[in-house]
Amino acid sequence: MTDRPVGRIRFMDQQNVNLDGFAHEDADLGLVALRAPADPEPSLVVREGRVVEMDGRPAEDFDSLDLMIAGHGIDLSVAAEAMALDDVELARMFVDPSVPRHEIVRLVAGTTPAKLARVVALLRPAELTLAMTKLRARRTPSNQAHVTNRLDDPLLLAADAATAAAYGFREIETTVPVLADAPSNAVAVTVGAAVASAGVLVQCSVEEAMELEMGIRGLVSYAETVSLYGTESVFVDGDDTPYSKAILAAAYASRGVKMRVSSGAGAEVLMGGAERCSMLYLESRCVSLARAIGVQGVQNGGIDGASVASAVPRGVRELMAENLMVMARNLEACTGNDALMSESDVRRTARTLPILLAGSDYVCSGFGSIQRYDNMFGPSQWNAEDLDDWLALQRDWGVDGGLRTADPDDVGRLRREAAEACREVYQWLGLADFSDEHVDLAVDAAGSKDLGDPDPLVVLGAAQAIRGSGLGSLEVARALLETGYEDAAGRVLDMLAARVQGDHLQTAAIFDESMAVLSLVTDPNDYAGPGTGYEPDEQRQAQIDAIRQARGVEDLRADQSAWAGDWLRPTGAASVGTDPREVVIGLSPGVGRTVWRTLSGLPVLEVLRELLAGLEEEGCRARVVRVNATLDLGMVGLTAARLAGSGIGIGLQGKGTALIHRRDLPPLANLELYSMAPVITPTLYRLLGTNAGRHAKGATPVPARNPYTDEAIEARYHTSVIALVALERACVDRALGNEDLEVSL
Amino acid sequence: MTNAFSGRDSADLTLDRLARDELETDDVRIHPQTLARQAEVAERHANPQLAANFRRAAELALLDEQQVLSLYESLRPHRATGEELEALAARLDAVPAPLCAAVVREAAEVYARRGLLA
Repeated sequence: MTDRPVGRIRFMDQQNVNLDGFAHEDADLGLVALRAPADPEPSLVVREGRVVEMDGRPAEDFDSLDLMIAGHGIDLSVAAEAMALDDVELARMFVDPSVPRHEIVRLVAGTTPAKLARVVALLRPAELTLAMTKLRARRTPSNQAHVTNRLDDPLLLAADAATAAAYGFREIETTVPVLADAPSNAVAVTVGAAVASAGVLVQCSVEEAMELEMGIRGLVSYAETVSLYGTESVFVDGDDTPYSKAILAAAYASRGVKMRVSSGAGAEVLMGGAERCSMLYLESRCVSLARAIGVQGVQNGGIDGASVASAVPRGVRELMAENLMVMARNLEACTGNDALMSESDVRRTARTLPILLAGSDYVCSGFGSIQRYDNMFGPSQWNAEDLDDWLALQRDWGVDGGLRTADPDDVGRLRREAAEACREVYQWLGLADFSDEHVDLAVDAAGSKDLGDPDPLVVLGAAQAIRGSGLGSLEVARALLETGYEDAAGRVLDMLAARVQGDHLQTAAIFDESMAVLSLVTDPNDYAGPGTGYEPDEQRQAQIDAIRQARGVEDLRADQSAWAGDWLRPTGAASVGTDPREVVIGLSPGVGRTVWRTLSGLPVLEVLRELLAGLEEEGCRARVVRVNATLDLGMVGLTAARLAGSGIGIGLQGKGTALIHRRDLPPLANLELYSMAPVITPTLYRLLGTNAGRHAKGATPVPARNPYTDEAIEARYHTSVIALVALERACVDRALGNEDLEVSL
Repeated sequence: MTNAFSGRDSADLTLDRLARDELETDDVRIHPQTLARQAEVAERHANPQLAANFRRAAELALLDEQQVLSLYESLRPHRATGEELEALAARLDAVPAPLCAAVVREAAEVYARRGLLA
């Protein structure tokens, strides 16, 4: 006996998923996803137009959250009807395509927090996905980016904001490692976003009062760091009350600034204030509160507590149920997928996928468009490392996750323009001076580690100057205009005009690139089953489909042409040889015509050189023949064998797959097959030649061991194989027969 | 057409005027009437609470930056006494901002009950 587990278990222990924390459910700590014993039974008693009991608690025991919800958050005209509905019946309505969204919204407005939590807890994952498809407010999905860096470097922020906008993000959220830098970050991101696109909303997430100050001054166009909590004790620990938040909501709107609140499972557990309730119930209180205080939207789905929820059974399901409650309460949903909830790529993808498939007002409430190490919110669930994965996922499923492929040349151009514009604006406003070298570094940087070691006091000085002078977006627009960035200036000014018009204050509003507002009002979700609801239009579908890595036959033809040469010359029709030492190497029809390079990257000429050298070592005579009638490797090899004096032939396809054949075998049998074209080395081709020679001499060579790889070899090469086969097939010509070839080595 | 706080039409927010330095902060500030109109839209789209928020916002739109920031600060927990909140509500009534005054009065009552006053 040994006290350590066997190798299989030790091996499993080393996998990434085991870096994650998994917790036993513990209701006393609030470590329960969907339902805890202390969650109240849903109830609502109304007397003379006032709520006298809610979720089992009499009005005299109401805390400040209950008072706000009971006083302002429930539609009493529908409450009796909604509360009387059976939980299962209401849950079924969520997924029934024949029950329209507005009917759910009407009924849910009359439900208490405990009631709504009970109902959504009944929905299974596929049902949550369907319900989300139907219930999100805005028809067109979108996505939000984090743009931050370790240094608060303005030029890099501007370049990265432009990059995020180029990739299609319609909201950009920045924050700071150094609080006092905040106004500088807001200006840099505003400039960068405006260089790349009209209508990108920008916010800088900091402490509530400072964020409000920046909003009022017009340095940002939306706000999100307005936290709600599900218990009064935690709410007050967060230095707010439902009433201060209600005034905050009105304060933002009073300056035309869009705003949503943040909540989500786990916050109360982390602060030791869950009061033995489930995460879903506490979050339901937050969502009721959000509606009661009159905000248009909620960012939830765990957020900073996502890994708390996902540590317990059904936690990931709870995160999605939270988002659904927001939608059912007729609010904008910014659906988490924000803080990284797992070290495992499998778990984090699985957590996000149903929401990506369903579509959401913002699929991520912070996709880290920058690298993980530069994300000053902490690494996101999705980061710059994963941008191409996201684009591939959208394309795989044919869904709109809000992003698009940016042309690499455009990214380079936009990053330069953004960094230069930012430098000019800072200089014009007297905030800071930056060198040409700094601009060049920011343009090319994959992250702030590529910037060297800029002076942190420069940013701080700029931020203090912005705050001290009361400078706002109007001055930023003026600076852009004066320094020659007319388009960007126009976009900043357009955003200020939009603020005056206020249409983007309505639920779930974003701007499209022509500054049209898409919201619950202008672009309402009309899903009612298959054939209805959002479907990408032709142009959008083309964006989703056109990832930069996609290749076609013409791309491959061009790649192959770059390796073209005239080293194969037909010398006449091939006849059957008589020399018993003769081995024929049969080539597929495209070799030397359209195909010059194998999947491993070796020129076919190089392969031939190895095969010929191997045969020569065995004292064999080699003849090279092109088999024009077929590209089937077995038939090419068998044809070669039948032409060879020895009866032994080698078949070689342009892509590099090869075999040894004998004239008396059926086509699909062979002596040795070298099937893994992408990983066959020159040494192996030499061995193939040697072994063919030994077969010709009647010996029994040791077969080559095919190289093994655990890479997704088929995923890597199948598209090239299809194109190569197409190139070869175009050369098939039965009438040409078999041709002897002269090889110029 | 939408008028800004200053009365200027939002369609007048052009680069030409920006270049001539003719635009002021109040030209890019939302007008209370616009918020009142947005409240009607929210009401029609099944969100009376959002409508109420816009109506409160229409009142706050009349206050200057410092007044708005200090109103929020006063409502944070343990910042103000009941008398201070009542005085604040009275000042809001005078703006006139009766809806916001009502929030402050309700908060004062709730804070007294829940021990959230200074």
